[in-house]
Amino acid sequence: MIKESQFDAHNANQKYTVDSGDYFIRYIPAGATFRFVDLEGNQAADTLFYNAHHPAERYSATDTIREQGNVYLTAGSQLRSNENQVMLEIVADTCGRHDTLGGACATESNTVRYDLEKRCMHACRDSWMLAIAEHPEFDLDKRDISHNINFFMNVPVTSAGGLTFEDGISAPGKYVEMKAHMDLIVLISNCPQLNNPCNGYNPTPIEVLVWDTHH
Amino acid sequence: MKQYQTVIPPASHWSFRMRRGTQLTLTDVEGGANVGMVFYNPENLLERYNAPDTLKAQHTFKLTKGHCLYSDMGRIFASIIEDSLGWHESVCGNSHASHIESQWGKRDYQQDRNNWQQNGHDAMLVEMAKYGLTQADITANLNLFSKVETDDEGSMTLIEQHSKAGDHLTLRFEMDTLVILYTCPHPLSQADHYPRKPISLRLEKALPVADDDLCKNSRPENQRGFANNSLYHFGLEA
Repeated sequence: MIKESQFDAHNANQKYTVDSGDYFIRYIPAGATFRFVDLEGNQAADTLFYNAHHPAERYSATDTIREQGNVYLTAGSQLRSNENQVMLEIVADTCGRHDTLGGACATESNTVRYDLEKRCMHACRDSWMLAIAEHPEFDLDKRDISHNINFFMNVPVTSAGGLTFEDGISAPGKYVEMKAHMDLIVLISNCPQLNNPCNGYNPTPIEVLVWDTHH
Repeated sequence: MKQYQTVIPPASHWSFRMRRGTQLTLTDVEGGANVGMVFYNPENLLERYNAPDTLKAQHTFKLTKGHCLYSDMGRIFASIIEDSLGWHESVCGNSHASHIESQWGKRDYQQDRNNWQQNGHDAMLVEMAKYGLTQADITANLNLFSKVETDDEGSMTLIEQHSKAGDHLTLRFEMDTLVILYTCPHPLSQADHYPRKPISLRLEKALPVADDDLCKNSRPENQRGFANNSLYHFGLEA
């Protein structure tokens, strides 16, 4: 569902550019609204969310999918935790659909998907490993690296039970915006994948804007 | 022991270690069963079943004969070598106590004793805790014997009574695997009464994986998955 934002980018309290292949990890307080912008189009933002006070409670694809009775994410989707609580809600979306089935690329899964010799190519789960290693203050470890959201990615399911990876929903400047319902840790790998069309074989930067109501 | 056979009662949970080269056959005794299942590597519990890798590596939403069940480390825990159903799902997760209560009423052990209405989430946590695994280790599980279809907009429907009495599937284990399972209802079940469905379970030695093995050759991805397992077992092969 296409829904424009009520917020003006010029009024954002915080603004970050996440370069292609980099990670982003930040606290986002309850009540804040934040936006991911696909600056050049066709990028995939592989994202995980945690309860900032208790990271074992975190985004759960299965709880989210089950409670909304739908495999895609868009405006109106409530993103749920593994305790089946609403962590955040998508309040605006100019892309229309985001994936929560396909997971993140890893050097290990790249060997299966593409070629055994692709194991040394940069991949999202390695970006997350670096993020948690460089930021011990968030108290995350490998067990917390779980089933993520791929913002801007299109992974249609067919009625016959197939799964396809398709290009062409996102474009330069498209965005998705969320409201935090609890204090969150947001962890993004801005996908470096070079082997499939999820980012047009050309990883590009994304932007993160935050409107923090506490300011 | 050449073979082991048992029945897991309804609303129950159990776990066991399967060795590489053994197989597990699950049979729906009465029809309408659901088995929640998840895998961990007993040598390194940080390696676990990964639903996204499993689905995307094989370009499938459903799981059936010929499919392999992957870990997050590019390896195959198990191959589905037999399946009379054609569709098992891996995206709906577990029921919570709140689902059970809103659908079928609050559980009451004093009244129900072992006929209590257990939920999948608690069943999973209890069984995981026996290995030091916690809520942080919860990952997307399989719901075996359950079929969930989607329409063009992605809306899902659980196909009730998908599995009939006698329906079965066989998992052949390609590496040592900690199996955690429960026999609680599918989280989307709208049945009038709490579905109380036992599952029969048989463990036995598997035949060696032949060069023309269906699961290994169903996709080039699976050939590479088997190659990763082979590397993991380097030094152990005859």
